[in-house]
Amino acid sequence: MSEGPEPVSLFSWRPLAGILYRQAVLYRRSLPRWMEIFYWPLLDLLVWGFLTLYLKRIPSFLPSAVVSLLGALLLWDMLYRAQQGISVMFLEEIWSRNLIHLLVAPITPYHVVFAAIVSSFGKVLLSSTVAATLAYFLFSFKIFSLGIDLLFFVGALLTMGWALGIMTTAIILRFGQEAEVLAWGIIFLFQPFSAVFNPVAVLPPVAATLSRFVPASYVFEGMRSLLTVGTMPFRDLFMAYLLDAVYMAGAVFLYAGVIRRARRRGFHLKLGS
Amino acid sequence: MGGSGEKVLVSEKVSKRYLPGGPFAVKEVDLSLHAGEVVSMVGPNGAGKSTLVQMMLGLLIPDGGSIRIFGQDVVADRRRIAHRINYASTDLSLPYALTVRENLLTYALIYNMKKPRERVSRLLSLLGLESFADRKVGALSTGQVARMGIAKALVNDPEILFLDEPTATLDPEVSAQLRQLLAEMVRERGMALLYTSHNMREVERFSDRILLMREGEIAAQGTASSLMDRYKTQDLEALFLLVAGKKEGAVV
Repeated sequence: MSEGPEPVSLFSWRPLAGILYRQAVLYRRSLPRWMEIFYWPLLDLLVWGFLTLYLKRIPSFLPSAVVSLLGALLLWDMLYRAQQGISVMFLEEIWSRNLIHLLVAPITPYHVVFAAIVSSFGKVLLSSTVAATLAYFLFSFKIFSLGIDLLFFVGALLTMGWALGIMTTAIILRFGQEAEVLAWGIIFLFQPFSAVFNPVAVLPPVAATLSRFVPASYVFEGMRSLLTVGTMPFRDLFMAYLLDAVYMAGAVFLYAGVIRRARRRGFHLKLGS
Repeated sequence: MGGSGEKVLVSEKVSKRYLPGGPFAVKEVDLSLHAGEVVSMVGPNGAGKSTLVQMMLGLLIPDGGSIRIFGQDVVADRRRIAHRINYASTDLSLPYALTVRENLLTYALIYNMKKPRERVSRLLSLLGLESFADRKVGALSTGQVARMGIAKALVNDPEILFLDEPTATLDPEVSAQLRQLLAEMVRERGMALLYTSHNMREVERFSDRILLMREGEIAAQGTASSLMDRYKTQDLEALFLLVAGKKEGAVV
């Protein structure tokens, strides 16, 4: 009966494949999960798309502002999906009373986080492709009219989303399911300071100062600059990635600290039971 | 069975308190487990059985003492040990939206099995799960979920298996089949089995050694017959009630 397990290293592909396989099966046959990927982005797209149709008729309204509204909407959704993809995957382990099985298995918490990042990337890609295609057919909006440079900004947004997802996961692990609302809500704490639909310049001084510490604000400012000036705003891009590095380091530090504390205090053993 | 093999698990003076200065959940427990041995842990709720098992699995870090599995420290070297052990508990489940086969395949991959699909087919047949292998977990009976949990615990062909009340939700016939299967694995492969149970008849018939825990300590241990002789009781149930009810000073 011995087909024997091989020791698991940080680079073993099978454990990663196992976690991703389960995610794929869950999505393959779950309509609510598909709706989660497509439903909200589509509704947002319709609401904001119709608004841009109206704004286009106002003579004093700049065409670039219309483009930036829809571009901002698509990018914001990527950030939201990236964060949620990680947090909700962790919550699903709790809901199905499966978390302890994973903690007993020969994988590290970093295998789980890495798998969550890969899975979240897949969902973002799927959701964004459909939303961008519909934006093109319904509202004649071409996301890559912003240029291929946009991909660098997308990378910065996804990294911020993943960092927030890891932080949320650590908080849920520490405080239990009472904190699970953060999986859906934490990103909206950052929205007013992310300059998604408006420039930082119109924010009150305190909010403007806070926005300087949010990577997304540089992404959305950079996107608008790309539209109006037409050149890549490298300073914005640099600042976005610099802050992303700080956020990610903070998230990993918090996550590792909570795991260490959990193994001392045992609060993770009550989750989902 | 018999447990004449090498020591696969050694715990020395292991202690755990959940709160600094609070009561001991486990207090200075010395314990060893041999290859091919079946050891059962019994005791009232709150006696420290689950905490001790959780420390052996690396889910909890002891405050004092050490646990070594295959000669390696559970806290420092967990990753070198984890693929050789496994665990099942009636408190746990697996994702409801997946079928039994899909869940087992997930864990065969997570445990880095070389031929995961073959392993799953083998487990399904071994545990008699084929008839509901393609049914979602959410549609299974409690007993079927328990059997799937045990299949998951055997997915990596473990050298040490930890089971928390494995037969609590099974009917007598399935319980007997499971005991027979586990006994074969212990006998033929030298697997060590440490399990908790409240079923004293099962503990008496199935275990090489019994640990009676009370208030975080091992209050008594030995074979069923030696314990009953020592405490002059007719059966383990009476012994359990006697030892569980005793206060400090009864440690044997």
